[in-house]
Amino acid sequence: MGILDWLKIPQRLRSQGVMGMNQRNHSYIGRYNDRRRYPLVDDKLKTKLLAQQAGASVPGLIGVIRHQGQVRQLSKMISALSGFVIKPAQGSGGKGILVITHQEQGRFFKPSGAEVSAYELERHVSNILAGLFSLGGKNDVALIEHLIEFDEQLACFSYEGVPDIRVVVFQGFPVMAMMRCSTAASDGKANLHQGAVGVGLDIASGQAVNAVQFDRQVCYHPDTQADLKTLQVSGWGALLELAASAWEMTELGYIGTDIVLDKQHGPMILELNARPGLAIQIANGCGLLPRLKQVESLIDSGQHQGLTVAGRVAFSREHFAVSSML
Amino acid sequence: MSRRVPFYLLTLILLAAGIALSIYRHDVYSVPWTPGETREQWVVEARIKFIAKGDPVSVVMQAPDTQPGFTLIDESAASQGYGFTRIEQQGQRLAQWSVREAQDHQLIYYKARFLVDPGAQVPVTPPLQAVTPHIFEHQRQTAAVALLEEASRRSADTVTLVRALVTQFNDEGNQNAALLLNSLNREDALVSLLSMKGIAARVVPALKLKDGRRRQPVLPMVEIWQEQERQWLLFDPVSGRAGPDERLLIWGQSYQSLLDVVGGRDSDISFSMLAQDIPARQATWEKVQAEDLLNFSIHSLPVEEQAMFKTIMLIPVGALIVVFLRILVGIKTSGTFMPVLIAVAFVQTQLVTGIVGFILIVSTGLLIRSYLSHLNLLLVARISAVIITVILMISVMAVIAFRVGLVEGLSITFFPMIILSWTIERMSVLWEEDGAKEVLVQGGGSLVTAVLVYGAMTDELVRHLTFNFVGLQLVILALILLLGNYTGYRLTELRRFRPLTESD
Repeated sequence: MGILDWLKIPQRLRSQGVMGMNQRNHSYIGRYNDRRRYPLVDDKLKTKLLAQQAGASVPGLIGVIRHQGQVRQLSKMISALSGFVIKPAQGSGGKGILVITHQEQGRFFKPSGAEVSAYELERHVSNILAGLFSLGGKNDVALIEHLIEFDEQLACFSYEGVPDIRVVVFQGFPVMAMMRCSTAASDGKANLHQGAVGVGLDIASGQAVNAVQFDRQVCYHPDTQADLKTLQVSGWGALLELAASAWEMTELGYIGTDIVLDKQHGPMILELNARPGLAIQIANGCGLLPRLKQVESLIDSGQHQGLTVAGRVAFSREHFAVSSML
Repeated sequence: MSRRVPFYLLTLILLAAGIALSIYRHDVYSVPWTPGETREQWVVEARIKFIAKGDPVSVVMQAPDTQPGFTLIDESAASQGYGFTRIEQQGQRLAQWSVREAQDHQLIYYKARFLVDPGAQVPVTPPLQAVTPHIFEHQRQTAAVALLEEASRRSADTVTLVRALVTQFNDEGNQNAALLLNSLNREDALVSLLSMKGIAARVVPALKLKDGRRRQPVLPMVEIWQEQERQWLLFDPVSGRAGPDERLLIWGQSYQSLLDVVGGRDSDISFSMLAQDIPARQATWEKVQAEDLLNFSIHSLPVEEQAMFKTIMLIPVGALIVVFLRILVGIKTSGTFMPVLIAVAFVQTQLVTGIVGFILIVSTGLLIRSYLSHLNLLLVARISAVIITVILMISVMAVIAFRVGLVEGLSITFFPMIILSWTIERMSVLWEEDGAKEVLVQGGGSLVTAVLVYGAMTDELVRHLTFNFVGLQLVILALILLLGNYTGYRLTELRRFRPLTESD
């Protein structure tokens, strides 16, 4: 690639409406996200309570352990359950999340089949409380949640991990979505920079439009070999409405909502992110800016007033439809 | 766009004010834009400190005079409530402060400015009395005579004689020299030996001139009277080097009586120094002009504080480079302004020593930190443990470097230890979460940034401009404000998002 081609890149990116980090920080996060409301999304317990108040569905909360004295109560909380999840309220990047799929007479088992003792569970909770997994090592609280029973229709698209769906919501309008599928390379984690596959989803239909791993296009899941163009999320409308309702909950103008699909309860909000990354553009093969501008011009014209969640989702599905590139 | 008007107005005002201030300074104070067209001047400040006993106090300090290589331009003194007089006693200039009563800690400042001047007109005061040969006690006298005989054999004139003596002092196997140096300072021994040859010599206090240094002590140097040339010749008693040194300033005529405090105890004198560039025509004008009392610039501060500002004024340049690299290029660094602090340390340690030291400390720190993470400690305790290991590492490295003979290794102590500990902590967390590659990316990014900032901070032109034109700080501020509004792509994003340009 010659120097001349490199010089043309900014021009081409601009014509594609690709948003850069500076523009995201300056023109969207800085302008639309009120810093006072960040704690609502940085603390998963606050997010959960907020979502429950608003009637949005979230993984059920079994209990909260707030200080070391309460660690003993853990065994009482989990005695009647077969599977559950222990996670830190302020963990970042999936750190400190312990998933137990079933238990037999005081013996606990992780998804990989490895056994964990009751003592190790208590120790894990102590570590969470001490701030081992939180940003900056702040003291934290441990959440005990019901296990998500993952919808099996999407199971073949993920390797050793739960795929989640990231929807970027701008001023209440879902603007772009992708599914993050863990791979062997990403070690069961759903972070794109660690090697997870990002599958861009059509806002209108919930169908795959494009897929990338390490920023390069892929057509098949590298481990399960599933054909990614057949990926179709069911109950898409309900999922978008759940994502869009995060605007009313948090009043943050530009957020990323992470949603999982439960077999029985449908889409659930896993967490919210006030600084969603830009990789979603690569996964979708298109830029965010044209869609963001469209929402901004709608708001400037005042037509958004009186739009309900369903109305906003309908607007997005009508205007942001694209055809598959796979 | 209209809501941005106040912002652009502010930037414009800052730019205009900054440029106007700089032009004013250039025109009115005739400070040149580049460091080249100037003459160097040294501002040296003596700081006298003592504890007064409550009685009348009299402080007498030897004052420096014009000497080979340096012309004294002016001198001034600052103290609280002291009367200041300059006296001349047997060819020696003295500064005297006195007060009727003083209590507790006392501080007196004396400032002198010297023009670097190879053609300085030096007043010569020959030795006051004839030389009386020094007589050592029995055993040492024999040693002294032996040393002199050996030196005489190997020398042709006074200069080579002194050099031969110094060579013998430096020879660790020479028992005669060892015997003399056992009870005498090297410089005193030299003067005594020369007196036995009838050569007049004296020990004078001297200052090593290093730009921006504070709390420097005086060093003893030897001056020898050359009867034929009718001049005093400077000798370094350690290296044996003869003749004036452009980086050595003589402060008076007697090392022993540099400072004399009556009515106080625990007296101490230390020196700060600063190199300044003044235009050649101003340099001559300065010789007759008195100190400008209405000079409200950094340059009116005591030299010690000015030396500090010389570094402080460079930090905005470092910040500008960091802002540029992060917003326009997209370099990842560990800790936003850590590279600037590392660069400040590099200025003290020199670049190569600095980089080697930095890599050594951080990598060893990471190893130790990985062990600490097995111990499962709370954050504050963990960081404190890292700080202590960093301090221990720095001490061990300094000792090893010194033993191996790498004197440069000692400057490793200039590294900001707390910042390094945080860097190690952050990199270690990064390693656990995102792998070694990300550590290399961010560590490398920090190092590259630090080297670039170091390059700017040590550049003569940058140093000259930032220190002499305070108005430029406003220009830098305006540039940073403008960069804070840049919403275009970063250079690294062109690579990252390139697949999107190929999709259609």
